[in-house]
Amino acid sequence: MKLKSLIVGAATALTMVSPAIADLTFPNLTYRTGPYAVNGIPYADGYADYMALLNSRDGGIGGEKINYIECETQYNTEKGVECYENTKGEGSLVYQPMSTGITYQLIPKATADGIPLLTMGYGRTSAANGKVFSHIFNYPANYWVGASAVINHILSLNNGNIKGKKIALVYHNSAYGKEPIRTLQELEKKHGFKLSLLPVDHPGQEQKSQWLQIRREKPDYVTMWGWGVMNPTAIQEAANIRFPMENFIGVWWSGSEGDVLPAGNGANGYKSLAMHNTGSDFPIYADLKKHVYDKGLAAGDGTSSGQVLYNRGLYAAMLATEAARLAQKMSGKANISPADMRDAMEAFSINEAQMASLGLPNFAPSFSVSCENHGGPGLAAIQQWDAKAKKWTMISDFIKTDAEVINALIAEDSAAYAAENKIKERCG
Amino acid sequence: MPAEFYYGVEVFLNGLMAGVMYSLVALGFVLIFKASGIFNYAQGIMALFAAMTLVGFQEGQIPFAHLINAVFGTEVHHFGWTMPTFLAILFALGMMLLFAFLVERLILKHLVNQEPIILFMATIGLAYFMEGFGDLMWGSNVKRLDVGIPQGGNFWIEENTAFLGGEEFYGFYLDTLDIYATVIAVVLVISLVLFSQYTKTGRALRAVADDHQAALSVGISLRGIWVIVWAIAGFVALVAGIMWGAKSGVQFSLSLIALKALPVLMLGGFTSIPGAIVGGLIIGVGEKMFEFLIGAPLLGGATENWFAYMLALMFLVFRPQGLFGEKIIERV
Amino acid sequence: MLYREVGEFKTSYAADQQTFPISFDKIAYFIALAIAFFVVPLVINDYWAKAILLPFLIFGIAAIGLNILTGYCGQVSLGSGGFMAVGAYACYKFMTAFPDLNLIICIVLSGGVTAMVGILFGLPSLRIKGFYLAVATLAAQFFLVWLFNKVGWFYNYTATGQINAPEREFLGIIISGPNSSPEAVYLVCLSFLTVLALIARNLTRGSFGRKWMAIRDMDIAAEIIGVNPLMAKLTAFGVSSFYVGISGALLFSVFLGAVEVGEVFGIQKSFLVLFMIIIGGLGSIFGSLAGAAFLVLMPVVLKNVMVGSMGWPVDIAAHFEFLIVGSLIVFFLIVEPHGFAMLWRIIKEKLRLWPFPH
Repeated sequence: MKLKSLIVGAATALTMVSPAIADLTFPNLTYRTGPYAVNGIPYADGYADYMALLNSRDGGIGGEKINYIECETQYNTEKGVECYENTKGEGSLVYQPMSTGITYQLIPKATADGIPLLTMGYGRTSAANGKVFSHIFNYPANYWVGASAVINHILSLNNGNIKGKKIALVYHNSAYGKEPIRTLQELEKKHGFKLSLLPVDHPGQEQKSQWLQIRREKPDYVTMWGWGVMNPTAIQEAANIRFPMENFIGVWWSGSEGDVLPAGNGANGYKSLAMHNTGSDFPIYADLKKHVYDKGLAAGDGTSSGQVLYNRGLYAAMLATEAARLAQKMSGKANISPADMRDAMEAFSINEAQMASLGLPNFAPSFSVSCENHGGPGLAAIQQWDAKAKKWTMISDFIKTDAEVINALIAEDSAAYAAENKIKERCG
Repeated sequence: MPAEFYYGVEVFLNGLMAGVMYSLVALGFVLIFKASGIFNYAQGIMALFAAMTLVGFQEGQIPFAHLINAVFGTEVHHFGWTMPTFLAILFALGMMLLFAFLVERLILKHLVNQEPIILFMATIGLAYFMEGFGDLMWGSNVKRLDVGIPQGGNFWIEENTAFLGGEEFYGFYLDTLDIYATVIAVVLVISLVLFSQYTKTGRALRAVADDHQAALSVGISLRGIWVIVWAIAGFVALVAGIMWGAKSGVQFSLSLIALKALPVLMLGGFTSIPGAIVGGLIIGVGEKMFEFLIGAPLLGGATENWFAYMLALMFLVFRPQGLFGEKIIERV
Repeated sequence: MLYREVGEFKTSYAADQQTFPISFDKIAYFIALAIAFFVVPLVINDYWAKAILLPFLIFGIAAIGLNILTGYCGQVSLGSGGFMAVGAYACYKFMTAFPDLNLIICIVLSGGVTAMVGILFGLPSLRIKGFYLAVATLAAQFFLVWLFNKVGWFYNYTATGQINAPEREFLGIIISGPNSSPEAVYLVCLSFLTVLALIARNLTRGSFGRKWMAIRDMDIAAEIIGVNPLMAKLTAFGVSSFYVGISGALLFSVFLGAVEVGEVFGIQKSFLVLFMIIIGGLGSIFGSLAGAAFLVLMPVVLKNVMVGSMGWPVDIAAHFEFLIVGSLIVFFLIVEPHGFAMLWRIIKEKLRLWPFPH
């Protein structure tokens, strides 16, 4: 039987016939192996479990079953392109590459192929400008919003005055890590603090020099843009030099269980940005247990359930499927196309009542998307890690960010992209 | 003396410690290259596999749990017991011994007398294989490694040296883990050197490193020596894996520490154990001092990676076989 | 029986020295070229182009380049990733600084720039030999990646350092940017590979190749008989970097379209290209292509079989992919240590006599 399937498999591998499409296809470009697997696994589990929940509990969306395809990219750009080309023929409705490198790759390609891209809190920040980027959406928040949220949180801790304070940015020396620099420099001019930049080379396993420098310079606050092994190493080093952890604020990609658990008690008090609420105290988990876990349909081995990145996977899947539902309503047909999906994403809005009915009350901010603004409300919250209880708790509401600075930067960057690629502005 | 000077000394000391950590990784390479002329690309993966095995035994993980669950639909993960650290280390050592035996049997035996670059490729194949195998066996999520070595800056040293530099100086920061690593590395190197100089097997090892055919002709079992060497390299990999894994958790990136050991090897020479240590110290100090003096203030940081190689390159231009390597005698 | 060599006599030196002296080989080669140029573009689709054929063609060029340096001249180089980055960034600067310049010319020019950089980093080879030389090239690798990350001029001061390939046309057909068709990009890469492989074949068969091989086999003896080691090694570095630079430029402009230097041109690329030539066969053009095919295609085929047809979970499939590729590498090395090229040579020799045993 195995041999037969192997032969059949080998034969069909070389024909790549795409099947007749009747379902709604949601591809997921995941990385369950490779250097970022520790962060990729819980996110992929969350995404997959939400899709399985909709299929198992509701029979899909609007009567159409969800065809969920996972493709392993190992965070590698070329594999990402291969996964994209492999799955786009199956009627994929929206791509969420979970990697800034692959996102930059796919921005022109997906636009040319007419498939929307949702890059939730990562990717190219200036894609928030819908006038230039017709198919790219990065709601509910983006990196520049994150940078501003960190500064605003620090402002709130200091009665609105941080003139002369020293803030250090420890960042992954890649496109991802360099994203907040421009914004932080603009905010530096505006608020009068002193910014110091400490790049960390990939993979970030060795950060002794950077943290010795922090120990010497004694900045008041440190913020981090890390991913993969860089996160736990940084937190461990910060604990080693006895930096006050409550002054250490990471971006939302540096704030999950996999990052803080290796440091043990030393990580107590570490803060990070949050796009959404944490924990498993939501009604959706009861549904997940009944319809997914107990039926053996869970994607992972159950350990990632309730983790920050698992919730992010649920959130991403929820945004995608709700947009699909809206697309069905707007187009009047159940079997929507990627173009319908894009139009729905541009008209998308979500509020507290909707999220509560989906089992996620008080989970994330309400927002609506428009033709000009693909980037969402520009809100972020702060969460803090309790090492004894091994839990993240939200310690703030969703903070407003400095729209003036951010919008100016978005306009500048998207104008440069439009000029380079000869794109005419849309939205009338 | 201004605080800057003492900070320079602190960076120097930390550079020495970082160098020791690199040498731990480089030692494994040197051992295998000395005895069999193979540049073992798989050394980093061996360190990762050894550390994963240790954690797996410590926590009572079931090997191949994910695969078993996928095939049979079960939900098993742990046996339920945990092992004391000492026992887990012994079992991990046993595993590396088995690994060395299998490598010799299945790969090295068939490739006797091939060119170095072919043997190098074989270790590449081995590295790919172990990467997949290790992940299948123990899973690719991050694991916390705790063998009881404390971490964090050493308070005693910090407080007692704070008087030196005035107000701006906060005492020398030396990580306790690094101090432990230095001591362990020194013990390891001394025992390896004693082993190779004064024991019969050690002499056999040096004979094999010198000339395979001559060693065979005096009756030394080439294959036995190779198993022993790979097992010792596995043990060194385990130590390196523990030291590095304690810092940042056991996960795939641990195998990338091999890249940090390459400039050490080049500088110290491929065939010398003391060379690995001295090379490591020079590279560690060199790159940290460069980053402190020039990299961070003038070049924006993150210069360590390439400077280590530049440093090794500069040494090699003056001494092409590395500081302690065997002089390359060319016969025409 | 396949090879009918009766009656094949050469009556001129030119005929004797042609690349494919046996006419059966020549005919097979031309048929293969005809299929590649005329048949494949008719049946190609996006997936086949982007996931299978383009990586094979591009890495084939890089592998030929590295084989010239390591296989023919014996200088181990681990800087291929960095040199590909030079090619890509040079291409980007040419494309953006001279928007009217033809993309093909941009690519060739970036190959030239890479050749000069390669010669510069090849200077230590005059003093350092063997595996130790890999250091100098590793220094090049890490330094170049750091340089392209740090210095804003290379990426035109964008906020994140990523470079994007703008749309360019050739003879009225779009060949770069997202709107390029798979046939167009495939033909561009195939043309480059064919021309470059022909040049490489003839270079290595000529006096340059002989000088390189003399240096590889015994450089002191070569110097004694009059081969200038400086010129030989530096030309090897130059030509090899030219090829690697062109492959990097093609990777950026035609295949990926957007590149982040740390991820795409990191040390894994350097190792990958080196693995390709070792497993394909050092010192052989066919070997470079065979190795490139193996290391590019094998993971994709395995993934499609395991995940697509057998429906295994993606992470188990990824782990098995490593397992299988690793064991295949070891298996092929044990069976034929000199790589696919040697296997192919032996098969051809046997085929020439078949069905006779000798």
